[in-house]
Amino acid sequence: MRSAVEIADARANKPGHQLYAGRARAIIERASIALRSSTWVPIATGFIEPVLYLLAFGYGMGALIGDISTSAGAIDYTVFIAPGLLATSAMNGAIYDSTWNVFFKLNESKLYQGMLATPLGPLDVALGEIIWALFRGLSYSIAFMLITAPLGLVPSWSALLAIPAAVLIAFGFASFGMAITSYFKTYQQMGLINIALLPMFLFSGSLYPISVYPDWLEFTIKLLPTWHGIELIRDIWFGVIDFSSFSHLSYFIVMIVLGLFFTTRRLRDLFMR
Amino acid sequence: MNSGVSVENIRRNGALYVAESRIRQMSKWKGIITLVAVGNPLFYLVAIGIGIGILVTENSGTSGTGGVEYIVFIAPALLANTALLGAMDETVFPVMEGFKWRKMFYAINSTPITGPQIALGVFIAALVRVAFSVFLYWIFLVAFGVLSFQDSWMAMVVAMYGGAAFGALMMGVVAGVKKDDYFLTVLGRLVITPLFLFSGTFFPLTNMPIYLQPIGWISPLWHTTELGRYFGYGQEISGSMLSIHFLFLTAMLVAGIKIANIRFTNRLLK
Amino acid sequence: MPESLISARGLTKKFGDFTAVDGIDFDVAKGESFGLLGPNGAGKSTTMRIIAATSRRTSGTISILGRDPEEHGPQVRAHLGVVPQQDNLDTELTVTENLYIYGRYFGLSKKFVNKKVEELLAFAQLEEKKDVKVEALSGGMKRRLTIARALVSEPDILMLDEPTTGLDPQARHILWDRLFRLKEDGVTLIITTHFMDEAEQLCDRLVVMDKGKIMAEGSPAELIKEYSTREVLEVRFGSDRNKEVAPILREMCDRIEELPDRILLYVEDGELLLEAIAAKKLHPNTSLVRRSSLEDVFLRLTGRSLIE
Repeated sequence: MRSAVEIADARANKPGHQLYAGRARAIIERASIALRSSTWVPIATGFIEPVLYLLAFGYGMGALIGDISTSAGAIDYTVFIAPGLLATSAMNGAIYDSTWNVFFKLNESKLYQGMLATPLGPLDVALGEIIWALFRGLSYSIAFMLITAPLGLVPSWSALLAIPAAVLIAFGFASFGMAITSYFKTYQQMGLINIALLPMFLFSGSLYPISVYPDWLEFTIKLLPTWHGIELIRDIWFGVIDFSSFSHLSYFIVMIVLGLFFTTRRLRDLFMR
Repeated sequence: MNSGVSVENIRRNGALYVAESRIRQMSKWKGIITLVAVGNPLFYLVAIGIGIGILVTENSGTSGTGGVEYIVFIAPALLANTALLGAMDETVFPVMEGFKWRKMFYAINSTPITGPQIALGVFIAALVRVAFSVFLYWIFLVAFGVLSFQDSWMAMVVAMYGGAAFGALMMGVVAGVKKDDYFLTVLGRLVITPLFLFSGTFFPLTNMPIYLQPIGWISPLWHTTELGRYFGYGQEISGSMLSIHFLFLTAMLVAGIKIANIRFTNRLLK
Repeated sequence: MPESLISARGLTKKFGDFTAVDGIDFDVAKGESFGLLGPNGAGKSTTMRIIAATSRRTSGTISILGRDPEEHGPQVRAHLGVVPQQDNLDTELTVTENLYIYGRYFGLSKKFVNKKVEELLAFAQLEEKKDVKVEALSGGMKRRLTIARALVSEPDILMLDEPTTGLDPQARHILWDRLFRLKEDGVTLIITTHFMDEAEQLCDRLVVMDKGKIMAEGSPAELIKEYSTREVLEVRFGSDRNKEVAPILREMCDRIEELPDRILLYVEDGELLLEAIAAKKLHPNTSLVRRSSLEDVFLRLTGRSLIE
């Protein structure tokens, strides 16, 4: 039986041992224990939101808009928005988990303070919390597929790859969200996050192609992660993989790396002053 | 001894005192309130009104929206939505805070101010916020030529009325909430989002399959929006439907206030 | 001197222009119960955080079991059990789950932790509450759980920041009893407190801190012996007369402290002085003879009371 000291000493010469104790799984274990005793209602209702959007816009707007012309040809409006909504729900879920949840644990329950008094490092906490959030994102994505497939909205088997892609997108958003949240101290400031996110989501082409915009606006939107996320899922959904799909993919890989770096630094600065 | 405290005054004006303190608190966040009041519907107006508007016009002209431009069609709906969301914010949170989170209703109630007076005070403050937000947004719609200045002011009034009805109902509901573990999440996901999406906001309710239309029928947003479309740009609505919309909102207003009064009184007694 | 677990020299911590810890030196020996006594803002908690490797010093050196916490934070923290000033228990979990998961944070095996949890539940007298969520516990229970949690990794050093602040007298005594047991088992304790009775009860040796500096060091008895007299006579003449009689009393004792409501007179024999005062026909409204305490030491060193 190894003691706490032996376990910590074994890592003493590894690079980055101050930041990472190699135990993100302990944070995940904590989350899974907490889940057992938490109420299922907020989790279950999370599945419903994208489906409601799909029903409302699919039925209601479809009648007004008709088909949409895309690189994959003219497609029914409901089919067009389905992947956009999958991407949106993945991003929204990741943002919720990495902002409001983290805000509570940082400022109200002081949970991270307790974790970081042990040999755990800030990267253990960041990775553990984010990976847990991705489990939730993964289950939402699978549920969305299970609902949309019988409705005939999933064009082919290869569209299943949109599930791991949604998880990747969620990873990008969650890794940044945690760092940004660490700067906020009041609930009112947290409200600003919602105000800032709304235009990012509305303008990023989940509900219609952004080609309707003037050039300058189209260019600006193409810088946003929301647009890259929606396009990536849409490319996979319709099986139109090309150079731009890889650019979306790389966008998120860079976002994840930068976000993790940023979050780890912030946690270290907050708890190692 | 005369301490300057007049029980008579409190009996008469208690609700106003409560409203005043609420409004003072709100004014701390006036920057954010203004940002939400204008920013939120503005983004929807531009993103959906213009973005989707282009697609709608290309596909079916104005035939699907009763002969008006798409952006004009959704403007009264967004106005109504501003009113309802503002009313919700200023009733749900203060009542939760007052009974549960910080329990200051109990402190207020230890003065001669009664439960119904507290309820009325919170309600008045919420109406002030609703009137402010709706007015601001209406000015904005007029300035951008979406609605006409002379002919659409009644749309602003009915939006405020819809906000009042929904606010009253929310007060009544929230006053009965004892466990807040997931109340707000459920409210957002199972009530607010569906109402927003299924109330004929972005398309005529009749575009929905018949089994989804009842969500709109019981939605204060749909009734407010339909009245707004009638008064805002003259959408044709039969006299009987007009009365139904109006009566629905009135019933919600009256029932909400009644329930709130009873629940405030009972809960403060304990 | 026995083996030194912690050794600090010229330890300094600045936050901008403010110096929280101002060049302090101290050593803590193995098995010792070491106290940091001082009022709020004296720099005790900051010193604790530097030891716990959760705060970076501005200058000076510190070694914990031969290691610099800035170089080997995780290794140093593996030796420590930390009880923060404010409980930061995991409110989403039960009592047992709190203990269990904390052990897992240290990387300990499930088997080991599960066994340890049973032991700690008994130690903290929380067996009956083991499946209750922590929100439902009383203040004293939460505190005991926080201490039990800090012990799950079998630390060499237990750090307690204001362990009994905010607890009622009964809960304090239960807690003190638990800490005595740990001391008997050879755990090194580092305790900050602004309660002199707590410092006298729990600490073998302590430093008195004020404004970031160490004012004095020694065992409670040594400190009292060095900085105070054997006994203290407290007299009250009423707020108006206190000022009048003070100059007369000053002549009659080793040292005098005038507090807003009473006068403290430091002498070897309190009863004797009281008789002398009565002989001068100065009749105090109330009088009390007691032994000197750390409160008196602090008053002597800083001119201020511990609790203001």
